[in-house]
Amino acid sequence: MTTKELICVNCPMGCRVKVEMEGQTILSVSGYTCPRGKEYAEQECVRPMRILTSTVRILNGEHRVLPVITNADIPLDLMTEAMDVIRGITVEAPVEADQVLVHDLLHTGADVIASRSMRRAGH
Amino acid sequence: MMKHYDAVIIGGGSAGLAAAVTLKQNGLENIIVLEKDGEAGGILQQCIHNGFGLQTFNEQLSGPAYAERFIRRAEELNVPVLCNTMVTHMHADRTIEYVNPEEGYQTVTADVIILAVGCYERSRGAVEIPGDRPAGVYTAGQAQRYLNIDGYMVGRRVFILGSGDIGLIMARRMTLEGAKVYGVAELMPYSNGLPRNIKQCLEDFDIPLYLSHTVTHIYGRDRLEGIDVSAVDENLKPIPGSEVHYDVDTLLLSIGLIPENHLADEAGIRMNPRTRGPVVDENYMTSVPGIFACGNGLHVHDLVDFVTLESSRAAEGALRWLKKPQNESAVITLQAGEGVSYIVPGHVHADMAQPCELFFRVTAQFDTAEVLLKKDGEVIRRAVRRKLMPSVMERLKLNPADLPADGNGLTVEVRERNAK
Ligand SMILES: Cc1cc2nc3c(=O)[nH]c(=O)nc-3n(C[C@H](O)[C@H](O)[C@H](O)COP(=O)(O)OP(=O)(O)OC[C@H]3O[C@@H](n4cnc5c(N)ncnc54)[C@H](O)[C@@H]3O)c2cc1C
Ligand code: SF4
Repeated sequence: MTTKELICVNCPMGCRVKVEMEGQTILSVSGYTCPRGKEYAEQECVRPMRILTSTVRILNGEHRVLPVITNADIPLDLMTEAMDVIRGITVEAPVEADQVLVHDLLHTGADVIASRSMRRAGH
Repeated sequence: MMKHYDAVIIGGGSAGLAAAVTLKQNGLENIIVLEKDGEAGGILQQCIHNGFGLQTFNEQLSGPAYAERFIRRAEELNVPVLCNTMVTHMHADRTIEYVNPEEGYQTVTADVIILAVGCYERSRGAVEIPGDRPAGVYTAGQAQRYLNIDGYMVGRRVFILGSGDIGLIMARRMTLEGAKVYGVAELMPYSNGLPRNIKQCLEDFDIPLYLSHTVTHIYGRDRLEGIDVSAVDENLKPIPGSEVHYDVDTLLLSIGLIPENHLADEAGIRMNPRTRGPVVDENYMTSVPGIFACGNGLHVHDLVDFVTLESSRAAEGALRWLKKPQNESAVITLQAGEGVSYIVPGHVHADMAQPCELFFRVTAQFDTAEVLLKKDGEVIRRAVRRKLMPSVMERLKLNPADLPADGNGLTVEVRERNAK
């Protein structure tokens, strides 16, 4: 049996989650404060998944860029490809918070959505 | 005639918005939030990463999304937020001077002032690094603002001094944007950033963290061309001969945050030399009656949820004080004892009616720690906590029953359980 101590990255509490494994089978998970910590630790042992945040260019907005976020975790090993997609996007103000900008990013099932709303400049 | 308000909130970040919302929900009508930026939200607007609000909303929000929820809440309650409005002076008699493009210079008075002014970053002046003063040296927060709000990268070959969270977050962000981040050097033998950020910002991207290291030389006349990084000994002195040279065009400093304190200083508010923010009581009132403080302007927080909570308590404190401005009951000081760097609040009143949550930070890492509440050297409460570290703020509940009847002070101490 092997024991791994992982740090849950889902929130700044950073709980230390302990996973006991036998080969590829997870025997027990402990140390999490909320259910997300358990899910995280189980997934981390299979294929690490992360939320991706970035910015995209926005035309006529209050700022030059708009913050964006994936609405679900995507595989950590796909970050570079995901950034290539995000860099190719330009949107136009106004934008609403949670508006979908990329549907089903790289077939991960996650969408890239606007983190915030942004009005047109001067409105 | 000078305008008068029931309450003026200085700063429209998460602290100011939460305080304003609580005041309004409790029926205080004549209030205003003064914000120097073009929009409310404060530091959250540039913190585009996720991890905000899990405690408050049970969702993993980005900074701007968390800010938007509070801005909406304030709008729904018709809390006026005056943007592009910089408070230039605040006086102990609760007059405030501000300036904005529409009204020019204005002086207003208030029954209550809530200081929610946030914090600023320590910059190069705070660390002595020999060498030139070329362009390319930024605080991590400046680089964050340029990239996440204005949309440009400050450089391509990056080194980061200090393991504060903004630096760690910028290491990941700039890596994803195509920069090469060579490493993070931390003077102390432990990281100042949250464990989650070490994991997801450095380890996920194979960026090395050099503990007990510092930048010992900066090269380049107009633009940064390189730096030397050296190991330090246990007295934090660079070890000669340990230098490693890096050809970088950008050095980010992430060496600590300090409450924005010049308004408080000017009003003669008593400050805590450790937090560098005002000393407050259980109502979050400063040493000047009617002036309250909360959020990063009081002490630097790592969790926005705690900022929201604290600021709403400060608003409740202000409401209590408005009902009963005189408090003759004894003042009980809360001392940071061994292993504790500071405690907020700094003192409470003997007639405190409800439990008060103490926020504190430890001075070093503890594996299994005992947190002790002491009265006259005698332990009156003991709590065991795992894995304490200076970068993570801790909490301890103080009950009215814990308060000494004789008005003597209380001390919070932290020590390793298995030591001696
Ligand atoms: C880089 C960074 C990353 C963080 N990451 C996380 C995270 O992942 N998760 C999490 O939960 N928390 C995080 N936090 C913590 C949390 O988000 C902040 O502590 C919190 O948002 C601070 O709120 P505040 O209102 O006290 O300060 P601020 O947001 O800084 O607001 C202060 C406001 O006051 C205004 N102001 C200042 N002086 C004046 C003046 N004289 N006149 C008028 N206005 C003035 C400023 O413009 C600003 O808008 C992070 C903090 C930082 C700094
Ligand atoms: S287990 Fe829950 S509370 Fe702990 S870090 Fe993960 S998300 Fe946060």
